[in-house]
Amino acid sequence: MSKFHISRRGLLKGSAVAGIGLAAPTIFTSKAWASFTNEPKGDSVTLGFNVPQSGVYADEGADQLRALRLAVEHLNGEGDGGMMGTFSSKALKGNGILGKKVEFVTGDTQTKTDAARASARSMIEKDGAVMITGGSSSGPAVAVQALCQEAGVIFMAGLTHANDTTGKDRRRNGFRHFFNSYMSGAALAPVLASAYGKDRNAYYLTADYNWGYTTEQAISEATEGVGWTTVNKVLTPLGAGDFSSYIAPVLQSGADVLVLVHYGGDMVNSLTNAVQFGLRDAQANGKNFEIVVPLYSRLMAKGAGANVKGIFGSTNWHWSLPDEGSKAFTRSFGTKYGVPPSQAAHTVYCQALLYADAVERAGSFNPCGVVEALEDFEFDGLGNGPTLYRAEDHQCFKDVLVVKGKENPANEFDLLEIVEKTPVDQVTYPHDHPQFAGGALGACNAGS
Amino acid sequence: MLGLNRKDSGLFLLVICLTALAPFLLNPFPEGSELAQFNAGYPDLMQRFMIFGIFAIGFNILFGLTGYLSFGHAAFLGVGSYAGVWMMKLLTVNVVPAIIMSVIVAGLFSLIVGFISLRRSGIYFSILTLAFAQMSFALAYSVLTPITNGETGLQLSLNDPRILGISQTVDGSIPAANFFGIEMRDSLELAMGGWLFTFNAGYYLAAIVMLISFYIAIRIFRSPFGMMLRAVKSNQQRMSYTGLNTRPYALTAFVISGMYAGLAGGLMVAMDPLAGAERMYWTASGEVVLMTILGGAGTLLGPIIGASAIKYFENIFSKINDTVLHGWFSFMPDGLQDFVVAIIHPFIGKGWHLTLGLMFMLVVIFLPGGLMEGINRLRIWFGKRINGRQQTPDHAPATSS
Repeated sequence: MSKFHISRRGLLKGSAVAGIGLAAPTIFTSKAWASFTNEPKGDSVTLGFNVPQSGVYADEGADQLRALRLAVEHLNGEGDGGMMGTFSSKALKGNGILGKKVEFVTGDTQTKTDAARASARSMIEKDGAVMITGGSSSGPAVAVQALCQEAGVIFMAGLTHANDTTGKDRRRNGFRHFFNSYMSGAALAPVLASAYGKDRNAYYLTADYNWGYTTEQAISEATEGVGWTTVNKVLTPLGAGDFSSYIAPVLQSGADVLVLVHYGGDMVNSLTNAVQFGLRDAQANGKNFEIVVPLYSRLMAKGAGANVKGIFGSTNWHWSLPDEGSKAFTRSFGTKYGVPPSQAAHTVYCQALLYADAVERAGSFNPCGVVEALEDFEFDGLGNGPTLYRAEDHQCFKDVLVVKGKENPANEFDLLEIVEKTPVDQVTYPHDHPQFAGGALGACNAGS
Repeated sequence: MLGLNRKDSGLFLLVICLTALAPFLLNPFPEGSELAQFNAGYPDLMQRFMIFGIFAIGFNILFGLTGYLSFGHAAFLGVGSYAGVWMMKLLTVNVVPAIIMSVIVAGLFSLIVGFISLRRSGIYFSILTLAFAQMSFALAYSVLTPITNGETGLQLSLNDPRILGISQTVDGSIPAANFFGIEMRDSLELAMGGWLFTFNAGYYLAAIVMLISFYIAIRIFRSPFGMMLRAVKSNQQRMSYTGLNTRPYALTAFVISGMYAGLAGGLMVAMDPLAGAERMYWTASGEVVLMTILGGAGTLLGPIIGASAIKYFENIFSKINDTVLHGWFSFMPDGLQDFVVAIIHPFIGKGWHLTLGLMFMLVVIFLPGGLMEGINRLRIWFGKRINGRQQTPDHAPATSS
């Protein structure tokens, strides 16, 4: 061991440093002293935009980020205000939220639950986000929703279509504007029955994850309700790239309808494969062979090109809707980015506005106040007609669009035509419906 | 100290100081400044440094000492995570049983995998472990959905039994993971001038576990057992010819490193009670290999440095976006600013893999011994300069590994 020599000079220096160290702490607090997690103290408030920037849903994520940037502009009073002008609630004044300028941080969910949670945690812990929104897949949505519940911030779900988000995995701090698998099934089944007849045999290719399971269940239950039979259900890995080996056996199975429970790049690939195998020109059981895609988006229709013509599906929103809200949103999005918005962009834009509006009405960023303001909130003017945020499961109830790939598109964005606007009553279900059972919201958590 | 020689004691004390002071060291920039983007002193990332440090230390016991390159270690981490979450669902949200169970389950699983895989060596061993890991991933992702909850990930819910604890708190929320009442999420914040330092309970628990793991690793490195493992690496055939059966040694090392991985998985769910299948994917196994090689395989400190470096890139660089860049270069004229941003753009945000890849290439080409070799070279260089100034005879300090 070496000896310690304490010189006078060293001692003086040391005690000076120690003195500064002791005097410096101005605040030494436990987080428990703040009234809720990340209470905005300065003149700005930070929102967290957690979207997939890589992976199979990167296109949707990029479009969501565009819409969220636009929402921030509109909330801060820049740009033309978009749907703030048509929104039925007039609490927002275009001066930020509660007078605080809106700022945002972004993160990449990579469409993986772990990565999405890590990214959301860093937004909450490092950047002080009071609300997390975005995302284009149900797995990460459910995981991030649970995280936000634990941490005491609000989660405004992005594009998540699985029943579980507001079913068995519902949480008090989480809200979903997007529609869900059950609603797709309830809206699609009658249209399919009238277009293709009640005597059909369906074959399901299902993406092997949570959204796939609930959507397959919802569509098969709904179509069996109108008289169809289910021939076979086959799970396919997410991001498979080539689906030919799954499509080859379909024609020999005795089925005359193929339901592709795929989304994003997977749907583009599987539909292209199906068309290459000649399924659309085939005959089975004396009828024309048909293909159905339960969840449609314009980005997917663009990717699949001519293959989508005449194929039925459902969607949350489409830019060609004639109401004032949709027109205003499409106009300001188109002016800024030169392309019309996708449904993924629309839903997160609405969520950002709904959150900001709820904070204004509650008069505070406290998550429990926001939850109270959003529960059973009825609004209009955001492109979907009159809408209700149901208190029991935090699901939005609104009309559902049944769409079809357009036969003669006028331009590269005009790919889907609206076949029917299914009224909200037809897609409403009790909150403890078997497809949604087993969940509980719990109490709201404002964090510590 | 604690049965360590002077050099190792020094190293251990250094690691203790670094981990204890990490909240200060990792937050060098004041809040609100442009450079605050590079601060890493927030609980989630600090916990990750510790957890992946443990994972890499354990991997290094196998790879660094015996030379067996396992490409399936993430499977043990994943199995440990699932075991941990199940303990928190069934027993209690106290993290101790969860962590212990994670280590045991991962240990048993690695015993099975190791027993089979160690019949081969070299590339065949790597492929076998990779196959096991991918099988585990496929099982967790899809086949065993009732146990693992598939892609969504296994998480706590309000109606879990939790025999020794409570299913839900009085106000109807899921109880928070805790260590005998200290919640992992609890933090103490210290504001000094413009700086904000966060002391998180979960981080310190992870840090203590990491220090214990590090100590055990030092003891293994310096033990006769460690020497046998090094002998397996240098020439396994010669060892067999001298009448030693090498397989039990390799298997023990494999199980120990599997238990380390399980410990890391257990800590992960203790900090954030969710287990997703992706953490068993082969890229996750590859990541720990990268961490160990980047830091320096076979060195004590290297794996921790490598793990921290990779997690830093993943969490900090991936969050820099174009808006932030424009903020940094706002002093430049518009055209030049756009040009600079366009050049840097591929390396930040989702392009963080590219930055990491370049760094990895540079390290492997110029510092084959990893970042530790860089540190040692610097030490020697400084040593020479100091020696030179004192005009002592030129005896370069021996390279320490």
